[in-house]
Amino acid sequence: MNSIIDDIRAAARQLLADGKVDVVIGYEKGSLPLKSTPCFVRSPQDADKLIWDETCENNLATYAAQTAGKKAIIAKGCDSRALMVLLQENQLVRDDLYIIGVSCPGVIDKNKIEAETGEIIEATITDGKVSVKGIACDKEYNFADVKDATCQTCRYPNPVIVDLKIGGSVEVPQSDFADVIALENKSDAERKAYFKEQMSKCIRCYACRNACPMCYCQECFVDCNAPKWLTGGVDSAENLLFQTGRALHLAGRCVECGACSRACPQGVDIRALSRKVNKDVKEMYNHESGISEDIKPALNVYSADDPEEFLVKE
Amino acid sequence: MKISKEKFGQSFDALTAEYQVVAPVSEAGAVNFKTAKSFSEVKQDYLNSKLPPKSLLFPQHEKLLSYVKEGKDITVKNELKVGKTVLFGIRPCDAKAMLLLDKVFKNDQYRDPYYFDRRDNTVIIGLACNKIAPTCFCSSMGISPACSEGSDLLLIDLGDSYNVEVITEKGKELLASLGELSELSAQEQALVDTVKSAQTTSKVDVSTITAKLDKMFDNSYWDTLHEKCLGCNACSFSCPTCHCFDISEEVIKSEGSRVRTWDACMAPLFTLHGSGHNPRDKKKSRWRQRMMHKFNYFVHNNGDIACVGCGRCIKGCPVNMDIRQAIDGVNKAEVVVD
Repeated sequence: MNSIIDDIRAAARQLLADGKVDVVIGYEKGSLPLKSTPCFVRSPQDADKLIWDETCENNLATYAAQTAGKKAIIAKGCDSRALMVLLQENQLVRDDLYIIGVSCPGVIDKNKIEAETGEIIEATITDGKVSVKGIACDKEYNFADVKDATCQTCRYPNPVIVDLKIGGSVEVPQSDFADVIALENKSDAERKAYFKEQMSKCIRCYACRNACPMCYCQECFVDCNAPKWLTGGVDSAENLLFQTGRALHLAGRCVECGACSRACPQGVDIRALSRKVNKDVKEMYNHESGISEDIKPALNVYSADDPEEFLVKE
Repeated sequence: MKISKEKFGQSFDALTAEYQVVAPVSEAGAVNFKTAKSFSEVKQDYLNSKLPPKSLLFPQHEKLLSYVKEGKDITVKNELKVGKTVLFGIRPCDAKAMLLLDKVFKNDQYRDPYYFDRRDNTVIIGLACNKIAPTCFCSSMGISPACSEGSDLLLIDLGDSYNVEVITEKGKELLASLGELSELSAQEQALVDTVKSAQTTSKVDVSTITAKLDKMFDNSYWDTLHEKCLGCNACSFSCPTCHCFDISEEVIKSEGSRVRTWDACMAPLFTLHGSGHNPRDKKKSRWRQRMMHKFNYFVHNNGDIACVGCGRCIKGCPVNMDIRQAIDGVNKAEVVVD
């Protein structure tokens, strides 16, 4: 990990010193234990604040379009997939983007730890062990046991598009949609109860939407008041309408980074909806978003031999 | 003076017949303030609720009035519903926050009936903090983990009993229905003294922030502070003092209602004019507004800083924007004097 950090810093320093980019978007140490925070490095001497570890949980692709000038971005597998989709959707100019790819070991689910230890006072990560001093108790975890749920089903931990690759590749875990199938196999009543409970927690702060690199609409449907698609009411039904609308809007575009779920201050299982949509897209279109420049987004292409007649009406 | 938890619990249960009793309850994996029917539902050992109790007086989405149009006739109905409420177990930071909200919803020009009719009918039983989170910094904001400001009664948890302190007349009246009090043992008195003298470990310096911000509207500090902010409302909605709202009409055909919904200065839509112009169209100006409102404008208008150091915004932020660091940044910023 340390040599990766050194290489990231050296690369950032060089890019800024050579004037190849105006800013390097990466991570620095956060103010809380087991938390990093996004940072914007603009001078070579500031490159030393960049870090890389299992706390680098934000998807930095979210900042790509809103940051002016030429930018380098530290990209995990999922960040790189997001950048690929944004490029395909013409949201980014390739020449203004320099992708520093780093293979990702997965990130820590801090909420899972705090559910047992209470608020974390101190924590260290060494050799795959996470040692935590909490307000309720102290505990040591194997990293694998407190890895974020998204990372446990990740099929692309290695960046798919890079200008510079730092460090080696990591093994790609075997993964299927077992979590989605388990949800599909529940009865309607059980599923309804599950989503009702999850959605009851949502406070409509839109952290999920704003953390999502794919949610870049100038005007989100929830903010539109003519027509008013949904109210500001925070009951389960309105919240589910928002979350379902968002999940469907991400069909064929979601890169499964899990930034939405990790951003949620209320711990709502937002991924459950997008995972289901992703499984459907995979089955219906054999499509996974942002894994190759040659594959066009599933629902953004027009073909004269489309099997749906209404799409090819003369 | 103290009351045993057993006796307090019985009184609590009896109060539910006359009052809506709102208390910290564990639900869907988080502790929040909800209506409790029995003391057995109350979560005892909690640091603080996930969301602040402000929604009891100032709901996130509230129907103010409703109307029906029939031909040329319009019937308007006031939707304000008020009942007697006991708010049990709120922490000193949140109790202080209620005093700050009071200043927003009532002044010499207006009184918000929706907030204040409920407020006047609410008795607050504060519960001091025996445990202090690393993100708590109330000691820097003029209060402390056992501060009584804003509570009508203040309890300190002694294990099997509560130390009871009467703060207001309202509290004194409620105490009469709680049961007999007894003397503290020397050991219990020592615990009370410990809790009362406790301070948060995390601290910030706000001694000069208001005066400093007077000169910082055009400071370059704002150019970078906001950069990683996602512009969501997680901080504002979890803040016990944030109080901005939007009023809108929800109408279907000839029936509708006027609703008040929480809004926040972090969202671009908050200041978007009907003309399309947005005076705060950049995250930079929105973050400046957040800091200015809490640490400068509110002080000038109401005499207090609009932050109580509960730390919820720090814990809830998806990108680890930390208000303590933002305050430090203001303290360190260079101010050009003309």
